[in-house]
Amino acid sequence: MSLRRVGVVAMPYAWLLAFFLVPFLIVLKISLAHQATGIPPYTPLFGDGGIRVTGENYALIAGDALYVKAFLGAIRYAAIATAVALVIGYPLAYGIVRAPQRRRGLLLMLVILPFWTSFLIRVYAWIGLLKENGIVNHALMSLGLIGAPLPLLNNDFSVILGLVYGYLPFMVLPLYAQLEKLDPALLEAASDLGARPYAAFRQVTLPLSLPGIAAGVLLVFIPSVGEFVIPDLLGGPNTLMIGKILWDEFFTNRDWPVASALAVAMLILLALPMGLVRRQLRGTAP
Amino acid sequence: MSKRFAASGPAAVDGVSVEIERGEFFVLLGPSGCGKTTLLRMLAGLEAPDRGRIVIDGADMAGVPPYRRPVNIMFQSYALFPHMNVARNVSFGLRQERLGREEVAGRVAAMLELVKMTDFAERPPGSLSGGERQRVALARALVKEPKLLLLDEPLTALDRKLREETRFELKRIHRRVGITFVMVTHDQEEAMSMATRIAVMRDGRIEQMGAPEAVYERPANRFVAGFLGAVNLFEGKVADVGDGWLWVETDVGRLAVTHAPLALGTDVALAVRPEKVRLATIPTQSSLNSLPGILRTIAYRGEASSFEIELASGRLVRATLPNLGDGIGFAPGSQIWLAFEPDAARVLQS
Repeated sequence: MSLRRVGVVAMPYAWLLAFFLVPFLIVLKISLAHQATGIPPYTPLFGDGGIRVTGENYALIAGDALYVKAFLGAIRYAAIATAVALVIGYPLAYGIVRAPQRRRGLLLMLVILPFWTSFLIRVYAWIGLLKENGIVNHALMSLGLIGAPLPLLNNDFSVILGLVYGYLPFMVLPLYAQLEKLDPALLEAASDLGARPYAAFRQVTLPLSLPGIAAGVLLVFIPSVGEFVIPDLLGGPNTLMIGKILWDEFFTNRDWPVASALAVAMLILLALPMGLVRRQLRGTAP
Repeated sequence: MSKRFAASGPAAVDGVSVEIERGEFFVLLGPSGCGKTTLLRMLAGLEAPDRGRIVIDGADMAGVPPYRRPVNIMFQSYALFPHMNVARNVSFGLRQERLGREEVAGRVAAMLELVKMTDFAERPPGSLSGGERQRVALARALVKEPKLLLLDEPLTALDRKLREETRFELKRIHRRVGITFVMVTHDQEEAMSMATRIAVMRDGRIEQMGAPEAVYERPANRFVAGFLGAVNLFEGKVADVGDGWLWVETDVGRLAVTHAPLALGTDVALAVRPEKVRLATIPTQSSLNSLPGILRTIAYRGEASSFEIELASGRLVRATLPNLGDGIGFAPGSQIWLAFEPDAARVLQS
């Protein structure tokens, strides 16, 4: 292998090493330390003539129902949001693919357009829309559709809405890329061979778009599980998501070791099932 | 039937009317963009005609979607489903009819046998060669036992040797299944070797329709003569009329041709196929239509050789002689006489 080839192959590994593996090892190290008063607020790895590690942070997480509930809660919110994003995103991507060539660029641009505004500001904007005397309730009451304001904010509804709104483009784009590759002749062949439109969709379009669905689901689900801003701004007192707990441990309690242990546990619990899903799909994908 | 894609554009299919007999191997032949594929897609129901109708076995196909027509098409790209193996591809059409599992399996097995793909049943299409994919596509369309099988440039994606073998294979299968085949091609050799009848198309219209021999030997106009094989055209005017023959004054001299009487001065073209041109190193006195020239090029093709002869007027005439194994006996640059019989030329008026 030439030096240039080595360089090309080494680049992504160097990137992952510098910006993923090294930071991860630092977090792992902190998760195995004790909390301490001082800067940094944890005990060093080497000291007293040996390596000092403790599993007590992990024992604390596993033993406290709050963390387990927060983790399961995050998975529940993320799963619902991913399902809703798929149901909305699939027809959206399909529609863009079927649109006339000259209009596709504009439609894709509209999907990406929200990224031009800060994520935080866009989530804030939803507060103005959803609050009790906000625009949505105001409009519905003016139209006489409802007598009293609907509880739209600080509940499960607003959290799911925020997650779907925030991550929908990550569902639409991989689906679009996958559906765009689909040869229209395959659908003509299915129709010619006697498949009605729905049967052709189920037997040809859907299986051939599975890799796009998998990519979209992962891209929406993973960041949704760790999401902190949306549950913080749009959630209520009952919204338990692990990202929010992690934030509190880190900044409010200043318990870096427990926060680090949470981060490591989250990563492992998410990475394993995702890896399995991906392996499964690689077997079936064309 | 007629069809145009853009309201202002030219018609893709323009006033075409065809009647195809049951069991025929009908070929639509023409250059790309002549409307032959559009015609095929209208038969399949993938395009709708603007005007006119399609009747199959007495049933009007107007408004009948592709999935309810007794017609199956084999696409130029084959359009095999990449996520299904060969057997699943072939059974796709039968599964839509909700036939019993055993009947489906039996018919798929029989069809794979017919196209000699039995050993490939479990393979994904991605692992097959072009020729193998072509046979799977054929089996997938035939297994439904359609009244009409449409083939869109079925051999174009194959290499030359395989293409020639597959011609015989397709004819064999056509005879075996007894289904009406309609094939689209731009390859005149392919059309002539396979068709029971050919329709030569240009600019959305049918220029001539008939058996391969008829279209080749008696082309109706200059386009058909030139599209089906090579041809030498001698333009001229009728100069004298006899009993069953004409004298035509052309730029290479006066030529005789057997033909029914035409008015003096009529513009005509004489079409002479290269294989009907005879060559000699000395002038043959008994022969009409004998022209002197210089042999310019010899192209050895194995089974035959092609010659280009430059006449005194500077124009080139092509001739083809079969390779009889006794050598050619001509050398480039030598003086030569070419001749053709009066009944070897076809008189074209359009």
